[in-house]
Amino acid sequence: MRLHRRDLLASTAVLFGGITAHASIVSGALPWQPSAGTPPEPARPGPWLFFTNEEAAAIEAIADRIIPPDPQTPGGKDAGCAVFIDRQLAGPYGRQEGLYTAAPFHKGKKEQGPQSDAGPAEQYRKALAALDRYCRANRNNRAFADLSDAEKDDILAGLESSRIALEGTNGKEFFEAILKDVQQGFFADPLYGGNRDMVAWKMIGYPGARYDYRDWVSRHNERFPLPPVSIMGRPGWMPGKA
Amino acid sequence: MARKLPAKDAVIVGLGWTGSILAHELTEAGLEVVAIERGPWRDTPTDFPPTSAQDELRYRIRHELFLRPSQTTFSFRNKMSETALPIRTWGAFMPPNGVGGGGVHWNAETWRFLPSDFVLKTHLTERYGASFLPPDMTIQDWGVTYDEIEPYYDRFEYLCGTSGTAGNLRGQIHEGGNPFEGPRSRPYPTPAQAQPFSHTLFGKAARELGYKPFPQPSGNLSQAYLNPLGIRLGPCTYCGFCEWFGCGNYSKASPQTTILPVLVRKPNFLARDNCEVTRINLDSSGKRATGVTYVDAGGEEWEQPGELVILSAYTIFNVQLLLLSGIGKPYDPVAGEGVIGRNFTHQTISDVTGFFDAAKFIFNPFIASGSIGMCIDEFNGDNFDHGPHGFVGGGYMGQVQTNGRPIETTPVPPGTPRWGAAWKSAVRENYLSAVKPGTGVHGSFYAYRDVYLDLDPTYKDRFGRPLVRMTIDFHDNELKQNAFLTDRFADIIQAMGAKQVMKEYRKGPYDITKYQTTHLCGGAVMGTDPKTSAINRYLQSWDVPNLFVMGASGFPQNAGYNPTGTLAALAFWSAEAIRSTYLKNPGPLVNA
Repeated sequence: MRLHRRDLLASTAVLFGGITAHASIVSGALPWQPSAGTPPEPARPGPWLFFTNEEAAAIEAIADRIIPPDPQTPGGKDAGCAVFIDRQLAGPYGRQEGLYTAAPFHKGKKEQGPQSDAGPAEQYRKALAALDRYCRANRNNRAFADLSDAEKDDILAGLESSRIALEGTNGKEFFEAILKDVQQGFFADPLYGGNRDMVAWKMIGYPGARYDYRDWVSRHNERFPLPPVSIMGRPGWMPGKA
Repeated sequence: MARKLPAKDAVIVGLGWTGSILAHELTEAGLEVVAIERGPWRDTPTDFPPTSAQDELRYRIRHELFLRPSQTTFSFRNKMSETALPIRTWGAFMPPNGVGGGGVHWNAETWRFLPSDFVLKTHLTERYGASFLPPDMTIQDWGVTYDEIEPYYDRFEYLCGTSGTAGNLRGQIHEGGNPFEGPRSRPYPTPAQAQPFSHTLFGKAARELGYKPFPQPSGNLSQAYLNPLGIRLGPCTYCGFCEWFGCGNYSKASPQTTILPVLVRKPNFLARDNCEVTRINLDSSGKRATGVTYVDAGGEEWEQPGELVILSAYTIFNVQLLLLSGIGKPYDPVAGEGVIGRNFTHQTISDVTGFFDAAKFIFNPFIASGSIGMCIDEFNGDNFDHGPHGFVGGGYMGQVQTNGRPIETTPVPPGTPRWGAAWKSAVRENYLSAVKPGTGVHGSFYAYRDVYLDLDPTYKDRFGRPLVRMTIDFHDNELKQNAFLTDRFADIIQAMGAKQVMKEYRKGPYDITKYQTTHLCGGAVMGTDPKTSAINRYLQSWDVPNLFVMGASGFPQNAGYNPTGTLAALAFWSAEAIRSTYLKNPGPLVNA
């Protein structure tokens, strides 16, 4: 086997998604090395990495209106959607790492896609500040999180329909971003901080990261009986956890 | 200044499906071959093992296996009068990156085109008259026929172990297969995959409406298979993570599971990964390629000389390298002259979602594979009389639902709010009892004078090279085609017993943010006339005879099928011409 790794000019090597790529030569055998995989990195528990406490309170309140709690299933807040968004904004997604960010920036037709030099992290920071200013100016100096559910829904619907404009930022685009991110956090694997205890998967009957349904493909119109499993496993697999 | 490497017999640009096929064929012929790949080496245990491959956020939403736009992207506009803007994040299609190319993350839908697709212009003109075609439509014949490449479709299907039911064996129509397909010399190597509930219901409803449904030909295998190279694939486990994902189970046909383990052992083969070819070098005559120049991930520039250059990158990158290397005359849409960038096409996709009574239907949508399902072909190509309809083209349609991954596949009935308690309960009620085929109507996209590729005047890649500019919009012919097909498809979903049906027609303008398929085609098309084609019927450049251009960039227009089966068959066909004729007497295989 001949496997040569060249680390030419390693300091200028391209960085994609946090992984540094080096050119290599593959010849003679498949380039297998022990433990060479790239498993996903679970979201770290602990304090907010991106949001301030005030921003986090607003995001949790929004998450709970986009996905309200009900007797069977927790809402967006308890499902961890704000934690999910916080970890995403603190990571490559927030910095729009890997996207094309060369100038010039022109606002084109909507069919031409997003054309902003600001990444999601910057957009969230600006929009949350503008939302806070809006609420304090128009709702008796209260923060979004302190409004009634009806008031919160009215503001979110106003942003969605462009009836409410935010100062210095596009409120409609912010609404679309947070709607997408809350729902993605709700349904993504729990390893990313949302979908806590696989509540979203239990809600719909999705068995999660299972890998073999050969016994079930021809069993038609029957409810699949096994509980969901995450890439990190499930509580029943781990000693000491219910 | 580029550092010069020792010369090779053949230099392959891009190690995806066609690059792997050519590397295998040319090393078998005894050539010293180097393959240069822009992305990283990828393999099952390192990049998508079954312990973590089922990660919707990482692979589907954050695009782990794809090219990063920061490496390079394209600019896009609908009309020649507009200013193109860069695609900053992927949407309408997903450019592959890395060893295996699109073969890593495809759904493995392994179709053949219809015999009439290869002689499209002639066929339609004879049947309907030239005036039936829109005046700005620039479709043409391929220069190769179905019968000529049938043995190579067969080669590819037996390489992959494709699972399916033959509909036409040597001219005999067989019940249960696709009666419209061209004659095949052998049955599929493995039987069709098992069908989940909703897919069987579609088949039943289609039969009751008088159609002839058949299982979609699948590169996700119904059973274990030992291929002709001695590589064994495992049976598909219906995990529902195919397209956008690598298969953790060695059951999806890809270069990794069918060619590479044998190829890398050959002493006359070598691959370089994380190396991007920046141009094809020509001698002073401009009629002979001397090799390629590439830049490795460290930023170092190298020259790789070679006797033969095989261009086997993704559609647009093939065209980009031809334009940047000054090979072939760039297309001018105003004069209607030139060939490089001409006849660029995509696909015309739409979907219909069916909502069923949750008390009576449990579909378990998460049990699926990327190319599972039941299809009908009554409305593809010219399988029906277009006379009364005022358009040409068509597509297959079917319940081809590939997944129940919940970020992507939690449909709610029309009229449901997009958020809040009503949305949440609609998601809960409909997840197990909705049918969402995805690419349910898989329509053709024919070529037009004003749909093309050229170099952007403003935006550059990280090396300072101009991005390729896409000018593309839907024309009335395709929108009419889609409206007609979507209605026929909705009739079948309704007949399955849906209580509510949601039609999502494909509408203009072409939108770069909305995923259709990754089947971009054309821009360096094959044909019989150097005035209207970049490569001859053997995929050989008319201008530079020691350059061969693989892939869907050679399709003169796109048919109503997935392209991989056809582009792989053409790669084997081209390889055979190189081995049997070109190597003995290097030069043009067709006299212009």
